[in-house]
Amino acid sequence: MSAHIQTPKATRVHPKTVEIHIRRRANPDSPQYWERFELPYRPNLNIISCLMDIQKNPVTMEGTRTTPPVWQMNCLEQVCGICTMVINGRARQSCSALVDNLEQPIKLEPMQKFPNVRDQVVDRSRMFDHLKKVNAWIELDGTHDLGPGPRMDQEDVQERYAYSRCMTCGCCLEACPQYEDDQYIGPQAIGQVRLFNMHPSGEMSRDARLEGIMGEDGITNCGNAQNCVKACPMGIPLTRAIYEENRETIVHGLFGWLRG
Amino acid sequence: MATNDTKIAIVGGGLAGLAAAMRIAEAGHAVDLFSVVPVKRSHSVCAQGGINGAVNTKGEGDSTWEHFDDTVYGGDFLANQPPAKAMCEMAPSIIFLFDRMGVPFSRTKEGLLDFRRFGGTKHHRTAFAGASTGQQLLYALDEQVRRYEAAGKVQKFEHWEMVSLVLDDAQVCRGLIAMNLQSLELKSFPADAVIVATGGPGLVFGKSTNSMVCTGSAVAACYQQGAKYANGEFIQVHPTSIPGEDKLRLMSESARGEGGRVWVPRKPGDSRSPSSIPENERLYFLEEKYPAYGNLVPRDIATREIFQVCIEGKGVAGENQVFLDVTHIPAETLDRKLGAILEIYEMFVGDDPHHVPMRIFPGVHYSMGGLWVDYDQRTNIPGLLAAGECDYSIHGANRLGANSLVSCVYGGFVAAPKAIEYAKNVERNGADGSRIYEQELKRQQEINDSLIKQSGTENQYVLHQEMGKTMTDNVTVVRYNDRLKETDNKLLELMDRYKRISINDSNLWATMALPHARHLDNMLELARVITLGALNRNESRGAHYKPDFPERDDDNFLKTTIAEYSGEGPVISYEPVDVSLIPPRKRDYSKAKKETKTDPAAPRPSAPV
Repeated sequence: MSAHIQTPKATRVHPKTVEIHIRRRANPDSPQYWERFELPYRPNLNIISCLMDIQKNPVTMEGTRTTPPVWQMNCLEQVCGICTMVINGRARQSCSALVDNLEQPIKLEPMQKFPNVRDQVVDRSRMFDHLKKVNAWIELDGTHDLGPGPRMDQEDVQERYAYSRCMTCGCCLEACPQYEDDQYIGPQAIGQVRLFNMHPSGEMSRDARLEGIMGEDGITNCGNAQNCVKACPMGIPLTRAIYEENRETIVHGLFGWLRG
Repeated sequence: MATNDTKIAIVGGGLAGLAAAMRIAEAGHAVDLFSVVPVKRSHSVCAQGGINGAVNTKGEGDSTWEHFDDTVYGGDFLANQPPAKAMCEMAPSIIFLFDRMGVPFSRTKEGLLDFRRFGGTKHHRTAFAGASTGQQLLYALDEQVRRYEAAGKVQKFEHWEMVSLVLDDAQVCRGLIAMNLQSLELKSFPADAVIVATGGPGLVFGKSTNSMVCTGSAVAACYQQGAKYANGEFIQVHPTSIPGEDKLRLMSESARGEGGRVWVPRKPGDSRSPSSIPENERLYFLEEKYPAYGNLVPRDIATREIFQVCIEGKGVAGENQVFLDVTHIPAETLDRKLGAILEIYEMFVGDDPHHVPMRIFPGVHYSMGGLWVDYDQRTNIPGLLAAGECDYSIHGANRLGANSLVSCVYGGFVAAPKAIEYAKNVERNGADGSRIYEQELKRQQEINDSLIKQSGTENQYVLHQEMGKTMTDNVTVVRYNDRLKETDNKLLELMDRYKRISINDSNLWATMALPHARHLDNMLELARVITLGALNRNESRGAHYKPDFPERDDDNFLKTTIAEYSGEGPVISYEPVDVSLIPPRKRDYSKAKKETKTDPAAPRPSAPV
């Protein structure tokens, strides 16, 4: 949120049209290509509204009828993470990308770090697999009524809250120079390790989570580029998570056997 | 039958679906979980304000009975009371369970759960995690279900959409047909019981506060296959949404719960900036008219008052908008308690609500109506259960804020053991089985094939827009019978034009066009249920308001509306409401509900500085 720059409304000169270039792909086996579209400008347009407009009547700037562009969308409030794409070179949610704040022509591309299904759609299922690998959950004894959970300091809660807002959008992985072909588990999962290792009950099963980020694809792959924390639309302190969990894994590697 | 042999299918991976999945997997049974989006991206993430439960940690004498009374009173006595009571009794343990699952609920100085006040109650009863409680609760369930998925108990079918149930010759549900949203492959999934938990139908109104998956399509499919749909006409229009071209973004009730004030300039069309309009030239119309509850009257009332002020030409700058003002609240409080929702406003509008009053207008938000269920979440189709917003129970004619999250989890927790019980005892169809799946699969494939082949001149997105506009104009805040009749005629016209749409996408791989066409067909069916339910109910109750029938009419309409599908359209009938626990009384929010003590901790409208 802090990342986008607002031009004061009064100084804006509104264009009459919006020009959008879309990088397209028919299916995973076919090549990518660009198409250009133009639509009438309206105030407060976001990228989703533009795509809906094009979808209704998919004709390129050259006047050629084409297939409607395909993308994913759901909440449109930047909490579900599904509508992420690369807009003018930066991975972000298309619902919260306002035309007024973007340089034209606006370039839309699918995220590069994930398999491209069609047009702007990518397959991010590996991010959910990461969550399995690091046991990103509290080991409940059961869902029967055992009263409230542990008491917690509001300050600790607020620190955890920051990590718990991760919507699995993939912006951090897209921006990370070390993340390629899933050879490195990446900041998303490490942030979730931090979330659960900070919790009084979660801490009790901390070791399993640490082992999930200590393999060949683990936390030591981080090259400290710090792109992740800048790319995160939820402002999650990912570099702090990496620092803290790196420390925990070192301690665990050195002394973990003593506790076994 | 061996317990591990049963298979239960759950459609929908929001709070209700995941709550049921967790409980069924925990009991050792296999779950197939279907969702059109990865479950972590379900609409439950949008719920902002909190979850209600009478934990009574504030010394206010709150109780589950008080919560129950607020719920049925707020719902204008249309809810069957036993399940509403059961939900309120379960609510504290639901909050505690989420606490144990690691939800970062806001805390008091002692480290206990903190509670805020919400609309329609005098108590601090709403637990919250910042201003993204729905997201946090959904994630907690997502994590627990992932744990069972990793253990092989839950199999997810994400990007698969249920298109129909599989019913046998005795109209017993035996599973479902789902469509893969990339390949468009249709496949049958046998199940001993099916739980539908697919949320609300906001997209029937075109733009709403709902997510784009909230088409009601799966529910409409169940309805067309014989499931009863109840109280369809009760649609909650949230008083405070941010108008947008693609959707109406919710501004949570918690903004008012934390002391936000709704006002317009006393002088219509006053064009001064809001901060330069002095206090005595502002009309705080909710506080003036409802001194007991002020800005925290229930949603239906707040919505009508805002709507009315705008119709009278008193809206800000003469437009359909009023101020929702939090600028008098300390920045630290705003950041801690409302940070996420204020960010949403700034992100999509460009103004900072810390300094500039927000401009808001009512938007379609929630359906109190839905699939008819008994007190065990069972629909009238044996083997089919429903939970969450897609069922009609609990909320009556109007839902109280922060009761939706708790009702979703309650519904899932009740449906799960009932589905297991049913699945364990049901006799399977044996050799006859494969025939019914093949028949239904063939029927669904034919629907797809004919949609793909069609080459008419109608545009499905234009039809959707027209449906949304006519429904929003005529079947939301204020309803008139002549306009409802015109709306139904318009829906019939759209159904006719639907036959002449073309898919308009020659590339069928991962297309949005064919699924949307199927949603549109289903949405039109639900639109008629909603419209005709409203036409037939000649009274005003909760969210349903007819100026020609301004009073609640218990003699004729203390009844649940039931719609059943027929080829000629919905057949409407009524059944009595169970009011055995609390006798209906007049709903009046200009006074405190009962003349009990006033709440010293409640946020008071403070004088601006």
